[in-house]
Amino acid sequence: MNEPPRLQIESGKIVLSGAWTLAAMLPELTALRTQLAECRAGATAWDLSRLSRIDSAAAVLLWRTWGGTWPAHLDVAPLHREVLSRVAELPDEIPAAAVQRFQLVEYFGRLTLRALANLQGMVALFGQLILDLSYLARHPSDLPRKELFANIYKAGAQALPVTALVGFLIGITISYLSALQLKGFGADIFIVNILGISIIRELGPVLVAVLVAGRSGSAMTAQIGVMRVTEEIDALSTIGVSRSIRVVLPKIVGLTIAMPLVVLWTSAVALLGGMVAAMLQLDLSLIYFIENLPRAVPVSNLYIGLGKGFVFGFVIALVACHFGLKVKPNTESLSANTTRAVVTAITSVILVDAIFAIFTRHIGVPGL
Amino acid sequence: MSGAPVIELDSVSTVFGKTCVHRDLNLRVEAGQIVGLLGGSGSGKTTLLREMLGLLRPTSGQVRLFGSDLNSGDVAEQRAIRRRLGMLFQHGALFSALSVFDNIAFPLRELRCLDEDWIRRLVHLKLAMVELEPAHGDLMPAELSGGMVKRVALARALSLEPELLLLDEPTAGLDPDRSQNFVDLVGSLQQALGLTVVMVTHDLSTLAGLATHVAVLADQHIIAFGPKHEVMTVDHPFVTGFFGADRRKLL
Ligand SMILES: Nc1ncnc2c1ncn2[C@@H]1O[C@H](COP(=O)(O)OP(=O)(O)OP(=O)(O)O)[C@@H](O)[C@H]1O
Ligand SMILES: [Mg+2]
Repeated sequence: MNEPPRLQIESGKIVLSGAWTLAAMLPELTALRTQLAECRAGATAWDLSRLSRIDSAAAVLLWRTWGGTWPAHLDVAPLHREVLSRVAELPDEIPAAAVQRFQLVEYFGRLTLRALANLQGMVALFGQLILDLSYLARHPSDLPRKELFANIYKAGAQALPVTALVGFLIGITISYLSALQLKGFGADIFIVNILGISIIRELGPVLVAVLVAGRSGSAMTAQIGVMRVTEEIDALSTIGVSRSIRVVLPKIVGLTIAMPLVVLWTSAVALLGGMVAAMLQLDLSLIYFIENLPRAVPVSNLYIGLGKGFVFGFVIALVACHFGLKVKPNTESLSANTTRAVVTAITSVILVDAIFAIFTRHIGVPGL
Repeated sequence: MSGAPVIELDSVSTVFGKTCVHRDLNLRVEAGQIVGLLGGSGSGKTTLLREMLGLLRPTSGQVRLFGSDLNSGDVAEQRAIRRRLGMLFQHGALFSALSVFDNIAFPLRELRCLDEDWIRRLVHLKLAMVELEPAHGDLMPAELSGGMVKRVALARALSLEPELLLLDEPTAGLDPDRSQNFVDLVGSLQQALGLTVVMVTHDLSTLAGLATHVAVLADQHIIAFGPKHEVMTVDHPFVTGFFGADRRKLL
């Protein structure tokens, strides 16, 4: 039953025998195709009655060999003729899918439009959030407590180890590098100022924002996105649960609350790392460092740092939720939007940080 | 027919955590049979199909396809075996990032020896077989209706012209007309190609129109397997309940 496909020429007729199926043809496909191409020239008589099987792949191959018409003489079992006639019924010219040409202007136009659409989406989401919050202020019992606490736990508590590790190492690095320079000037004690201001005001919040955008931001986008793919979001609204109150709001509020706390923690650990390195490098005792910190770093720096944490957390969650809601129900769109969410979140954080720097340039800088 | 049965399950047991889904299950499907696999919801039919495909390893026992064990043997041999079978998943399992056309073309392209024109014709042929318009080829899976998902999945399962076709509820979600056409299609393919088919179905008319054999999965094993008319007369609560009053009509 499973003889390989064969092709012979017997008294002017082309005789096919064996099983002409895709699986059987595969091992000797090139040989068969060249044989068929050679036959194509003069032959008008085909004998297919000795075929044991023919499938549509082979039928297409034959039909193409025949140049899209039935040969003048054809012997074939009715069952097999059916397979061939299915191929014959297809239109001859099947248009290939149009390939989009790349055009620079169009590309940038699209990019701009998409950025604007995203901005609009985020503003709309922000508006929705305010509406939801005012609704919750009037109906406090509708507050999704569980989801809120779960989000604070996931984005905050669970981020503590990794932010601590990274913060500690960064603290050590900065302290070590600054100590090398300061030693040259004999200005050892300024290490307190350098570490204090840079970590509390700038590095702590930005470091945490980058880590949290990669960690929680991507998770939020992916979660909302998968809920879109599996129609869970639709199921929620049919049950009468508002998706923005139950899914989006706890994420944004949760991260906005958790971020300043994580920033505080990370800055503290980074300072500790800096202190340890200063002690080893400059023989600056820990006590001295701690005693001088409040003098060298005005407390408004701490408020700026925490304020940044607050705003960064909000921005990251807003961006993540926006892109999550934009996911179309397919895996490609899910991965693209998750990437976009992380990239956009980090970029916006840096942008917001720059704005912060401009508006707080007179605050908390100790006069020398 | 060559000797080895197409599917051979040898005292297969499957345990998920504490629940035992199959216990000491045996089944032999010979080439050319169209087997309807019956069983209550949650009785482990899908799980059994997954084991036949080698997607799931039974807790104990052996699964042999075309005479060779899927869970042992080298990678090349396994791939060769997998190319000989097509599977229609219960929920379609279409690649959501690819259009309908690309979904059906995907297995063909993976062979890496067919040219684009050939593939295009084959895809349009399959689309026509499952009664979809060529224009449907451009749609994404998320834009399809439930029944269309089924038909595209069937087209994809058929695209490699498999010798063995595993179908998980192929006609669920299709209107009676379409499911009759499905029965005709698989029937004619079976005649032309000598397919072996294992299908899970709850639809009596599909079963009556297509199946040559029936296997009944209940009480964690196959309680009855044989030609349709024989199984229908088996005295078991599930069988009598399933065929019920229609028993005579089907005979
Ligand atoms: N991955 C898994 N982990 C744990 N249990 C599972 C898993 N897959 C299936 N089960 C259990 O095995 C049993 C059989 O499931 P299966 O999907 O095979 O049922 P089925 O016969 O196909 O039912 P239906 O007709 O409803 O599709 C069910 O009780 C299910 O809960
Ligand atoms: Mg199932």
